[in-house]
Formats: sequence, structure tokens, C-alpha cells
Amino acid sequence: MVQIASITFQNTDEARPIIEAVKADNPGLRVMDMPGAVKLDRDDSIVIRRESVEERIGRDWDPQELHLVLVSMAGNVDEDDDTFTLSWSHA
Amino acid sequence: MTVELRTMSLEPRRHTFGHIARRKGADVPASRYEEGTLDLQATDNFHYKPLWEPEYWVYDTRKTAVVMKDWYDLKDPRQYYYATYNIARANMQQAVERTFSFVEKRAMLDGLDADWREKIIDTLLPMRHVAWGANMNMTNICDRGYGTAVTAPSQFAAMDHLGMAQIISRIGLALDGNSGESLDTAKTAWMDAPHWQDMRHMVEDTLVVKDWFEQYVAQALVIDAVTHAFAFDIMDSAGQTKGGAPISMMTEFMVEWRAEQTRWVDAVIKTAAAESDANRALISGWAKGWLSRAVDAVKPLCAHVVGDASAVSSIEAELSARFAKLGLAL
Amino acid sequence: MAAKKLGLKQRYALMTRGLDWETTYQPMDEVFPFDKFEGIKITDWSKWEDPFRLTMDNYWKFQAEKERKLYAVLDSFAQNNGQMGVSDAKYVNAIKLFLTGVSPLEYQAHRGFAHAGRHLRGVGPRVAAQMQSLDELRHVQTQVHTISQYNKYFDGFAEFRHMHDRVWYLSVPKSFFDDARSAGPFEYMVAIGFAFEYVLTNLLFVPFMSGAAYNGDMATVTFGFSAQSDESRHMTLGIEVIKFLLEQHPDNLPIVQKWVDKWFWRGHRVLGLVAMMMDYMLPKKVMSWKEAWEIYFTEAGGALFQDLERYGLRVPKYADVATAEAEHMSHQNWSIFYQYTHAAGFHTWLPSDEEMDWLSEKYPNTFDKYYRPRYEMWREMEKDGKRFYNNALPQLCTTCQIPMGYTEPGDPTTIAFRSSEYKGDRYHFCSDGCKDIFDNEPEKFSQSWLPVHQIFQGNCGGATVPDVLAWYNMNVGADNMDQAGSPDQKIWDAWKTKQEKVAG
Repeated sequence: MVQIASITFQNTDEARPIIEAVKADNPGLRVMDMPGAVKLDRDDSIVIRRESVEERIGRDWDPQELHLVLVSMAGNVDEDDDTFTLSWSHA
Repeated sequence: MTVELRTMSLEPRRHTFGHIARRKGADVPASRYEEGTLDLQATDNFHYKPLWEPEYWVYDTRKTAVVMKDWYDLKDPRQYYYATYNIARANMQQAVERTFSFVEKRAMLDGLDADWREKIIDTLLPMRHVAWGANMNMTNICDRGYGTAVTAPSQFAAMDHLGMAQIISRIGLALDGNSGESLDTAKTAWMDAPHWQDMRHMVEDTLVVKDWFEQYVAQALVIDAVTHAFAFDIMDSAGQTKGGAPISMMTEFMVEWRAEQTRWVDAVIKTAAAESDANRALISGWAKGWLSRAVDAVKPLCAHVVGDASAVSSIEAELSARFAKLGLAL
Repeated sequence: MAAKKLGLKQRYALMTRGLDWETTYQPMDEVFPFDKFEGIKITDWSKWEDPFRLTMDNYWKFQAEKERKLYAVLDSFAQNNGQMGVSDAKYVNAIKLFLTGVSPLEYQAHRGFAHAGRHLRGVGPRVAAQMQSLDELRHVQTQVHTISQYNKYFDGFAEFRHMHDRVWYLSVPKSFFDDARSAGPFEYMVAIGFAFEYVLTNLLFVPFMSGAAYNGDMATVTFGFSAQSDESRHMTLGIEVIKFLLEQHPDNLPIVQKWVDKWFWRGHRVLGLVAMMMDYMLPKKVMSWKEAWEIYFTEAGGALFQDLERYGLRVPKYADVATAEAEHMSHQNWSIFYQYTHAAGFHTWLPSDEEMDWLSEKYPNTFDKYYRPRYEMWREMEKDGKRFYNNALPQLCTTCQIPMGYTEPGDPTTIAFRSSEYKGDRYHFCSDGCKDIFDNEPEKFSQSWLPVHQIFQGNCGGATVPDVLAWYNMNVGADNMDQAGSPDQKIWDAWKTKQEKVAG
């Protein structure tokens, strides 16, 4: 069975550039709109790149700022200074 | 239309929740501190005795010998609830960030006298372990204490100690170029250096105190006061002629914190002691015992840093006077 | 000296790891007296992988920012009488259920994580648990502050604290958390950190908060989603706990499996209240309980348990039963509350034709066959002035404490009964899941403070229903009974009429 990695954001101005970055960086992403929230699903993994978000907001962005807009997620978390990854695969 | 809508009045049917109205009267609105604190902890009809301590319920007034008719008398004069607490600390932390970047940009720590730099490493940096002990004790008080009025600010204090341990860690990293070496040296001092052993012994003894209010007296009233007065008054002044000014700037958080914390701790102790002669006797005994222990534990540190321990007597005198003002009999 | 730049992981390690030490003046087992009796074996605490490497500087910064935003919304909600802007007065009952049933659990979590944050031996899990303790305090306080505005205008909120310790259905969530709190620190972490936060919390918060958004309750949606942003951190802590325990020692697997089975089932039973809220209490419905179960348990839980298979952990026992029950649970729960509306702290009603059609569509296998006829009969009875009240006190399941109204798996017209004997007494259960839990820990569950037993033993204010309701501090005729004719409804209708007049 394919394992779905998932991340849900608040549907706010602040989250929108991040959602856009995720859409751009994750081919095959599925988007589910809910009242007040957006759930993004993808087989196996989802990655959020600092650079992609920064391009969209025009300032430095710390991946820990995700804390401000996250609603939920599924998958194993790996975060460093440049990326935030949710995945079911094991290195 | 909008303007007209605003004129539509709607009378509230009640001002606050029943448990708060019963304390304050039904026709008074309650503050967010009150609604977020008073009676928030469950009090009745628990289902199961804890597997780990079956002699008590999870929330049980018998976990301390101190007796209060109403544990919600121990109010926090700062009226902190989560939001106001966090916003206050975020503001203090912002000043820390500015200071660290100011100091680091100008390489101000390079101006420390070599021998003072050593003292910072073997006597200031191990304070992060003292802070970690304080974090454990204040977390324990949140766990074992009775009533949100005292348990919630105890968790705030626990996180404050963690934050201060991390500020001290950053001073170490600023000194050793982010290698962490200075923190290792400091930990070795904490574990093995003779001047730290009385202190470490005392801290470890506080970790196993069963009566949570005694632990509160030991930690919040006594040890915080004694160790901070040593590290951020005595040691800080001694450092001024040895290039230590940037360290003062980097530990300004602690100075501000102590002033604020003292207001809370004094209110709690004063109220609990005023409740009954039995409480007063208990708390006085604990304060006396832990004060003499803490003063003895800080003497070797003081001797190590400034050559002799005479400065400690001023801490003892000040605290004795403060305790007397709280109604304690030493 | 040129400082090397620290990455997130290193910085966190240097600032947090190493703060603790091996005590020598007091034995470590005295300092940490509670982390061995459960039989969990930890060989190396340093193998703990910190999820979300937050230091206090960032914690304060982010959390302060969240709080500034949240309280700005709450202030404007109050200033604009936002409580009157929701989809319908019925909606408010969902919030009553939340404040009386869920918020006190947030408080319990706050104190429970303080216990774990003190008593786990590793510094990494301890710091994570302490932050969660603080977060949970945030949740209960922001909930109370948000709902405070509703309390000023609607019934059913004012006695939430008093009621949580006493009222019959609130003993369901209360006993759930008392169970976790009275367990050892590792079971607590698996129960709340993993089973509840990771596996089940989405089913509570996402539908509730999306429901709030859809029904025009901007204050609740704001605190809800703001709380969820902490929840993501908690979820990663929960999953890390499981992995860590399973990686540390093979002997941990059977213990952890038993806890996962237990807490999955306990959580599933508590969430029955959410199921009913979603399917019956939201005037504008977001998704059905069954759909939510498919997304958040079948799909997300499926991926998770597939991942955990490599440790030998299997899907919780009776997950299949829970999935089958998703067809029935909300209907059976709402029916219980409809019958006992006189003893409930919120209002009930029968679903409208339109709502019944929605339920038929969402539950094509069960609604028309088993539940529509019941509601239609009750509707007829109401018309004839014979609204059905159940005046007998129900038998309760000793484990989950829900009235024994659930049906046999695969046989929705037969009530399920199970029982066990312990020290000469017979204990009753609603399901195999609840019976197993009792049989594993009979000395614990035989202590259950069962509301109906307590009433019969004379511990709840007296022998009659009015006595008991008075003991609950229930404002009879305002807090309880049907929505139609309630003071809530009158105030709502008056406001709407006035609004229309002003609008011309």
C-alpha cells in the first residue's frame, strides 16, 4: 500500500507562500481545501525548501517558522536549516 | 447599516463562569488571569489511584505538610497566564538577542582577562547545571503541587530556568567559537572540581525532596536567590575590572528575571505563612535549613572566584531580612 | 577567534544535551523513581532523536507571536458580538461539549506532561515533554478565554469545571485522562503522546475546527488552528517515543503493543462524542464522521502502522471493529443524548429532513435502514406531545463509562454485552475492546467512579433526578432539554429579529 505523507496548513496569508512553495517543489501533490485549512498529500514524501519559500516572501525564512501556520502532518519529520521533510522512507 | 448594527445592544446574561462568580460575586467581570487560573484543576471524584504512588490521588493536598483552606489564595501578583507570560519572555529574549549580536560583532569577549575567562568557564558556565536542577524541581512542583494558582507559574519558572541555562550555554559557545569545549570543561568542573561539590550535593538533595512545598522553599525562595546573588551580583561585580562588562550585558536577563520572580515567590510564601502558625513554623524551618545549606554551598564558589568567601555573608543578611519581612521566623 | 556556524541540530545539542548529569550524591533511581516499574528497558537515552529542535528563545518568540494574533482575534470577536454571527444557535452546543468535555483534558495533559517532563531519565524527551506541558496549559487557557464570550450569552458553559468532575457523560473523557495520568510515565507518553496526539487528535481538532470555520465561529477556529500548530510538534514527539521504545529493547514490544491496543480503543470510545458532534450538532456540516475516520485513521493511520511494522508493531487490536463502528457510532450516541436530554448540559434535537437526507447520503449502508426509522418515530411521538425521555438510569460500561447502547459487531439490532468477574463481583462492558482492557488491569478498572453506581450509592446529591441535577449545578430548564423552547433559542431568535429590523 502506498504511504501518504501529508501536511495541513492554516489557510492564511502567512501560510499561502509556503503552500505555493510546496506545490512547486512536490510534483504529484494533491490538494484538499477545507474550511480554514488546506491539506496537502503526496505519496511517500513532501519537502519544504527554505529557498523556495524565501523566493516567495522576499526575506529570510527559518523553517522553524512553520510552527506558526501548521495544522497537522503525517510522516517522519526531518528538519535542518534548509529543508523540512516529511517522509515514510528510511535511509 | 454597519453603524446602526453597532447600536444594537446585547446584555450579557452572566459575567463569568460559576466557579469564579462564587469566589468574586456574580456581577463582576473576571480577568483573563482569573478565568485561566481559578479552580482549573480537577478536585473531585478521581477514578484510579496512580500506579506509581497509590497512597495519593493524582491531585492531593496531602503531598505537602503545608495546609491551606484555599490553595487559590496563592495568587501570582504578575497575573501571568500563558499569553502574557510568553509575551513578557519574548520581549526579554529580544534584548538578549540584541546584546549577543552586539557583543559578538565587536568581539568584546576577547577583552576578558585570561584568568577571568577561566573563572567564567569553571564557575559561571556550570550555573547551567544549577539551572537544570531548578528546572527539574519547578517542573516537579507543577506535577505534584495543588491548585493552578501555584502550579502554572511553577511551570513558567521551570521554562525560565531552561531558557537561562541556554543563555549561559550560549555564553560558553561565544567563548569557545561554537566548539562546545568550554561547556565540557564546565561540566567537568561541576562534576569534579572541589569548589562545586557542596553545591552539586545540595542540588541533588533537592531533587529527591518529597514535600513539594518544601521543594518550593528550597528552590524558589532560597537556592535561586542565593545562587543568582552570587553569580550575577558578587561575581559580576568582581568581573568589572577584568573585562567582564560584556558578561554583565549577556546576563541582564537573569537580573531582570530575579526582580520579577521575587515578587511572585514572596507573595506565595507570605500568604502561605500567614495562613496559620503551623504553616509559618514549617516554612520557617525549611527556609532556615536550606538557607544555611545554600550559603555554605556558595562559599567555596565565592572563595574560588574572589579569593575569600566573606561576600557571602551579605547575601545571607539580605535574605534573612527578606524572609523576616515575609513573616518567617529564622 | 572565528566562530564556526552552528547548524540547527548542533546548536540544539549544545544548548540542551549535556545539561543533565549522572547524579552521585543521590542514586539515579531515587532521582528518577518512576521510570522502571513498567518494565520498559532503556539502554541508551542518548539515542533519542529530538523532534523539532526548539530552544527556549525560539519557543518564546513563536509562541508570543501566535498569542498576540490569537488574542487580537478574540478581542475583536467579543467587540463585534461574534457569538451571534455563527450559522445557527444549535451550533453553540458543539462548543458546550468542547468546553465541558475537552478543555479539562487539556489541563490534565498540562500536568501529565509536567510529570513526564520531570520523570523521564533522558534530557531530550524531558525538554520536549516540558514544552508540551506548557503548550497544553496554553490550550486550556485559550479555550476558556475564547469560550468565555459564549458563556456570557448562552447556557451550558458556566459550570464546566464543576460538571467535569461529576456529570455522567463527562466521566467518559475524565476517566480516560485519569487513566493516563495514573499510569507510569512511559504508558502516559504512549497513551497521550502517541495514541491520542498522533493517531487520533486529527479526528478531534481538524473536523472540530473546520466545522467552526464553516459555521462562522472565527474565535474557535482561531484558537483551534493556533493550538494545532503546537499539536504538530506534539505529534512528532509521540511518534518519536514509540520508535525510541521499540528500538531500545525487543522486550519493549509486547508492552508497547498492549498500550497501543488499549489506548487506541480508549481514544476511539472518547471520540464518539466528536462523531456525534460532526454528524448531528454542526448546522453546516463539513464531513461525516465516517469520512473523517477514513482520512485520518484508515489512510493516515494505515501509512503509520505500515511504517511501524518493521519494529514488529501491528495495527491496534479491534481497529477493524472501530472502522465498522464508524457506520453506527454517531447515530447511537446522538440517540443516547436525545433520550437523556433532561440530564445533559447541552441541548438536543431531532435531525431535520434535510439533515436526514445528508446522513442517508453519507451512511448509505446504515442510516435509512436502522436510524431514520427511529428518528421518524420519535418525531411522531413529539408531534403527539409524547416526546420520549428515558427515565431509567443506564447501565454503564466499566471501562469507557458510556451507557451500554452500542450494538454487536455485524448485528446493529442487538445491544452488545460483555462481562468479567473479579474478586467475586461482576463487571460489565460495551465491547470486547473494553473487556480486554479491564481483564488486563482489573485492579485498576474495578476502581472506576461510575456515575450511575455512585448515584445509587447516594453519593450524588440524592435519590431523584432533580437531586442529582442540583448536585451537578445544572440550571434546569436552561442548560438541559431540547433546543426548541430553550432560553438560548429565545435570545437567538430575538437577536435575529432585531437584526432584520435594523437591516430593514
